[in-house]
Amino acid sequence: MRIALFATCLADTMFPAAAKATVQLLERLGHEVVFPEEQTCCGQMHVNTGYQKEALPLVRRYVRTFESCDVIVAPSGSCVGSIRHQHAMVARQAGEEGLASRAETVAGRTYELSELLIDVLKVEDVGAYYPHRVTYHPTCHSLRVLRVGDRPLRLLRQVRGLDLVELPAAEQCCGFGGTFAVKNADTSTAMLADKMRHVLDTGADVCTAGDASCLMHIGGGLSRLQSGVRTVHLAEILASTEAGS
Amino acid sequence: MSTFLGMPAYAPRGVGHLRGDEPFPEAARTALANPQLRRNLQHATTTIRGKSGAVIAELPDWQELRSAGSALKAYTMANLPRLLEQLEERVTAAGGVVHWAADATEANRIVTDLVKATGEQRVIKIKSMATMEIGLNEALEDAGITPVETDLAELIVQLGHDKPSHILVPAIHRNRSEIREIFLSEMPGVDPDLTDDPPVLAAAARRYLRETFLSTKVAVSGANFGIAETGTLAVVESEGNGRMCLTLPETLITVMGIEKLVPTWQDLEVFLQLLPRASTGERMNPYTSMWTGVAPGDGPQNFHLVLLDNGRTAVLADEVGRQALHCIRCSACLNVCPVYERTGGHAYGSVYPGPIGAILSPQLTGVEDNASLPYASSLCGACFDACPVKIDIPSILVHLRNQVPHPRAERTAMAAAAYTMDHPKLYERAQKAARLAKLLGKRGRGLPPPLNGWSSSRDLPTPPSETFRDWWRGR
Repeated sequence: MRIALFATCLADTMFPAAAKATVQLLERLGHEVVFPEEQTCCGQMHVNTGYQKEALPLVRRYVRTFESCDVIVAPSGSCVGSIRHQHAMVARQAGEEGLASRAETVAGRTYELSELLIDVLKVEDVGAYYPHRVTYHPTCHSLRVLRVGDRPLRLLRQVRGLDLVELPAAEQCCGFGGTFAVKNADTSTAMLADKMRHVLDTGADVCTAGDASCLMHIGGGLSRLQSGVRTVHLAEILASTEAGS
Repeated sequence: MSTFLGMPAYAPRGVGHLRGDEPFPEAARTALANPQLRRNLQHATTTIRGKSGAVIAELPDWQELRSAGSALKAYTMANLPRLLEQLEERVTAAGGVVHWAADATEANRIVTDLVKATGEQRVIKIKSMATMEIGLNEALEDAGITPVETDLAELIVQLGHDKPSHILVPAIHRNRSEIREIFLSEMPGVDPDLTDDPPVLAAAARRYLRETFLSTKVAVSGANFGIAETGTLAVVESEGNGRMCLTLPETLITVMGIEKLVPTWQDLEVFLQLLPRASTGERMNPYTSMWTGVAPGDGPQNFHLVLLDNGRTAVLADEVGRQALHCIRCSACLNVCPVYERTGGHAYGSVYPGPIGAILSPQLTGVEDNASLPYASSLCGACFDACPVKIDIPSILVHLRNQVPHPRAERTAMAAAAYTMDHPKLYERAQKAARLAKLLGKRGRGLPPPLNGWSSSRDLPTPPSETFRDWWRGR
């Protein structure tokens, strides 16, 4: 299958390993990956901070960049959530009904990585090998906006060598929330403290999730604690093989 | 030619409790610094979440009930003028008197005048969000009338000269030893040997309240539901103190927000299943009191219903935000909110705290007066899942953020970011600049304001040696 990658601005700029791993994983599974270079950002930060007018060109850009693609994947539950639940709304708010319906069509072909693997490519065992003790944080937008459910866990359970440990109070937000982490830094930090305590309680050496943004938050806190626990994107685990990826 | 009638108006300033003294982040900082408060809150919200989750899981048709509740409320809002007039007609026919209050000031004046007309100096009160919202107690006190809260938790708040911090359990921020201290110093005639054993505390409150019930001739209540079809009002509660207030006095004055309507008697079936399970985690609330006007020789012989707008019509005028009027005040959204669990209710400034408060208060007052509240959420979505009438709180938060006046520096930065993101060449140059930031050393610790909130507790990631698109081109 020919699959277009939406890398997301955060992974493209700060966490390229997550986007690279998505490419390597899909190619290993026998698919062709394309990367339309006109892509930048889905506009979620603007929409969620109250700048819908500013987000409009970014919605238009996403639609224009990807509307010729049959299947689009992004290694982020949050960005896909925004594409699926906000793009058409932003267009409608601006009175652009035509753009809104195009946005709906493109959103319908845009998948978060675990959705693509399980629902479209019908694969649970991706042939990965990752000999670590891992705990999975289901990010809020994967869980409650996209409803990915246990798809990421089903993928992780098939990874050879991986010791999956359950995260207590997993469904509670890590406290990132985009600009929330800056505008309400103290509350965000209090939420993060509890999330980190739960991660450390598992004894895992790796905390994974489907969103680089939440991992940046949790990882930034764990790094400050010098805890030794690493944050690794789900795509990177699934891309790992015995031979090295 | 049309004439602007000033409608719909927001809740007026200077009266009531819909606005805080400081923005949410500052108020939250105070709360977060209090470890006792955080322990009390975490314990209480975790307990309620567990109870509620268990009784909700018993119902195979919970999702259908939520949909029914949501549809009934949407219907009610779409037909509000007609249903309100129907309610007025039925209440009047049953011997009650209906008053229309455009805002808090008018409602307070109506109630105060009604109490004054009875010649009484004291009223007993049933826990009511609407009367808290309008600051009725202060208005009564200013008129020389003593309001006595009879809900146990509300009494604790009143005696402690405190503010409620939760819709359903207003003293959630207090533990039993704090409650003992409040009773000892503030409750008339309390036993000086009072212990902090919960049954002992409850018995002390009961003794005090029973005397008050038997000697007070006027009661003020809110209402959970007003049934347009029959003119019946309903109050649901756990303690039975509300029942005392509704049956013992000679005069009953009920203040009800205009959104509390349900169209027909039968519709209560849906809400009386949704409310107790979502709020207290009970299958059925212990006391459901309903009354229709006046019953000669039985209960209060004078009944007044004050219908309160106070910004609600303005909320109704907003196509996205109007869902906030569907709220049945169960507080499930507070109990699941990771922000509320850590800050408590006072940080929200308004009597309506938590996620529902973050969308309701700014709409009642106009967003300018509560500009920080729509941001008091990480948009995690737990509130939407928990809401028994399916209010899409995260979407309304985003909608309100789009209306808030933004700080100039932020506006400039966001416009610049959007412009950059819409120009791939500029975007690539910005990516390279992010890498250069590494040269600042110390991995981004000590960022300038407003970003220092991040770096005070979290390390920034080390920028990678190449971006994804560099790697892609190079392979």
